[in-house]
Amino acid sequence: MSAVAQSTQGSTKKSPPTKKPKGLNDAQRRQGLLLVLPTLAFLAAVILYPLVRAVFDSFKKDEGLDPATGLFVQGGSAGVSNYTHWLLQQCGNVDCPPGTLGAQFYSAFWVTLFFTVVSVVVEIGLGMWFAMIMNRDFKGRGLVRAAILVPWAIPTAVTAKLWFFIFAFDGIANKLLGFVGIPAQLWTSDPTAAKFAIIIADVWKTTPFMALLILAGLQLIPGDVYEAAQIDGATKWQTFVRITLPLVKVPLMVAVLFRTLDVLRIYDLPAILTNGGGGTTSLSMLVIDQIRQGGFNNASALSTIIFLLIAIVAFLFIRFGGADVIQRPPTSKKKDDDAPTRGQAAQVGNPVAANATSTGA
Amino acid sequence: MALRMNKRHTFTVLAGAVSVALVAAACGGGGGGGNAAASSGADARGPITYVQGKDNSNLLAPQAARWNAAHPTEKVTIKEQSDQADQQHDDLVQNFQAKSTAYDVVSVDVVWTAEFAAKGWLTPLKDKFALPTTGFLAPTVKAATYNNTLYAAPTSSDGAMLYYRSDLVKTPPKTFDEMWSMCSIAKQNGMDCYAGQFAKYEGGTCNATEWMNAYGAKVVDDAGKPTVDSPEAAAGLKALADHYKNGDIPKQAITYQEEQSRAAFQDGKLLFLRNWPYVYNLASTDASSKVKGKFAVAPLPGVDGPGTSTLGGHMAAISAFSKNKATALDFLKFLTSPEEQKTNMEKGSLAPVIESIYTDQALVAKYPYLPTLKESISNAVSRPVTPFYPAVSKAIQENFYAAIQGQKTPEAAVKDMQAAMQAASG
Repeated sequence: MSAVAQSTQGSTKKSPPTKKPKGLNDAQRRQGLLLVLPTLAFLAAVILYPLVRAVFDSFKKDEGLDPATGLFVQGGSAGVSNYTHWLLQQCGNVDCPPGTLGAQFYSAFWVTLFFTVVSVVVEIGLGMWFAMIMNRDFKGRGLVRAAILVPWAIPTAVTAKLWFFIFAFDGIANKLLGFVGIPAQLWTSDPTAAKFAIIIADVWKTTPFMALLILAGLQLIPGDVYEAAQIDGATKWQTFVRITLPLVKVPLMVAVLFRTLDVLRIYDLPAILTNGGGGTTSLSMLVIDQIRQGGFNNASALSTIIFLLIAIVAFLFIRFGGADVIQRPPTSKKKDDDAPTRGQAAQVGNPVAANATSTGA
Repeated sequence: MALRMNKRHTFTVLAGAVSVALVAAACGGGGGGGNAAASSGADARGPITYVQGKDNSNLLAPQAARWNAAHPTEKVTIKEQSDQADQQHDDLVQNFQAKSTAYDVVSVDVVWTAEFAAKGWLTPLKDKFALPTTGFLAPTVKAATYNNTLYAAPTSSDGAMLYYRSDLVKTPPKTFDEMWSMCSIAKQNGMDCYAGQFAKYEGGTCNATEWMNAYGAKVVDDAGKPTVDSPEAAAGLKALADHYKNGDIPKQAITYQEEQSRAAFQDGKLLFLRNWPYVYNLASTDASSKVKGKFAVAPLPGVDGPGTSTLGGHMAAISAFSKNKATALDFLKFLTSPEEQKTNMEKGSLAPVIESIYTDQALVAKYPYLPTLKESISNAVSRPVTPFYPAVSKAIQENFYAAIQGQKTPEAAVKDMQAAMQAASG
């Protein structure tokens, strides 16, 4: 008790005009640092070191063959050649010919983006729908919730293998298509069908995750807001667009962020389901292929490129998309807390509507 | 359990490090260099570890028991890896890179030999480690050789054969033209004509290489230089693409790996199938097989006569970091002995590397496909022996796969193949 009192006193004395005091004196700060130090050290070892090491390695040349002995020798410094290999498609002094990994970079880049955009958009729609169903009160809700969550509980490798059998030429997908008169598709080889095979399997697996996060957001919306809307005579669609969507926006954006980052580094699903057939090689698969070909340093360069890509996307989401994964200072939170208490009856429509228009603009 | 294994492993590694340090100290002042590891433990004997992919036919345990009974002081410990070739490769690479002494004898796929040898991870089988290879099938020895030095002992081989429906086709086709002309029989019976494994994976490389070789192409020359950009190679791919387009090869064949193509043949949907010997037993004994007693095998067809198969199989090599290399060499000799080879054939249908076993009357009576298999392996062409094999294989896969679907002309495909191979090994 006295410590707290002391600390507030101390800190206010030191810097009264600047930010609100944090309420910690130097000794406490040191102790706090000491307490988080093991965690920081651990994170540095398992996250920072591999990252820095990969960047460091990406500027080294891969081992080359000494033609005289037929043995591999260390490559030395590479400058930025490992990066130009991917970004400018340069294999040595020539453009990478089709059939090399370098030549696949842009197709892998675009197909990864394609997977990301399409599956995340579909998942938002389906996830929202599932979440609204799960949020409702009805008989057997527990059962429905469990059923919706099952795909998420299955490991991705198993999911991929399941869909591999479903999409086999003699598999059930083609049988079902046959009943409605659509000719059998080559789901693991055809350039169009293969991409949709991946998206279908990915959506099947991860929609529950999306639904779960959205559901958590929905449950935070107080019921009286809806009651008020009902009294005002809002239609179901108006309620959804003007109340549910704005209020669920933050958790929704966090879910979208998670899923986007997830799909950007997708590996296991296409690796097992199509193994890159029909142009479905993702960026992460390219890294593994490069490692298998013995080019660790080159693969480090590609990993770094993917890391930067994901970092940029994450930054854009947090900065402009409103995915508030980092807790904002309490001022903005206070406003949110106030809204339901202040918002009685007809009043409630206003802040929500204002909120919606501001995001629209 | 896992913890204990881990501890023991750590201990082995530590013990290994200490002993290496002792050896180094003992020869203090020597030039050392890159070969220090390779020459240490040359005369040493003691327990060894043999590493191999998953043993599906339960051959390894009895085999190890036979060795251990005869060598009580130099017992072998078996380590089984996963059943996926890529994962086996990754596991070996990790251990070699760490210069781990945990693995003494490793089982190596034919296509990895050059890469491992060039990295200096395998003990060359020469001088003190010379391994007699007389009586072995020549292509198997050639595939274990890199830079004129033998690096591994072939332990099992593999060659593809043509499975055909003997109830529908009386004499098997010897040439491609004969085979394509029989496609009308398939049509009459409402089935597909011919399939191999044309998915984009290692099996696709095997199949595409066979077609190019059959038309007289050489993927790489004897010095390992890519020579695939030739009219012959283009002709091979063109034949594939043409017959894929006209339906002699069903469209789903580009999704086929070994098992899917076997399933199609077993279900009676395919007249001719190119596949490995393992299919024979399964197609004749599987409960679901609809072709029991209705099929036979023949050598792969070619342009004018029998064609050439791609060589498959495994070899055993001694790790450069092994501490007990003398024992390891004895173990290689044990693995390649006629008795063990015969047992592996009988119990696990593994194709032997010793020529005389293929003419063993008792065995031929039981496995009628043996003479065909011998012919297939004797004429087999190994895949390019190069330390950059994964990149070379990728170059073949990507381009043949585009060519068979008509996305690029056969001429352009072989040109790109050649360029990609050169870029990979540059």
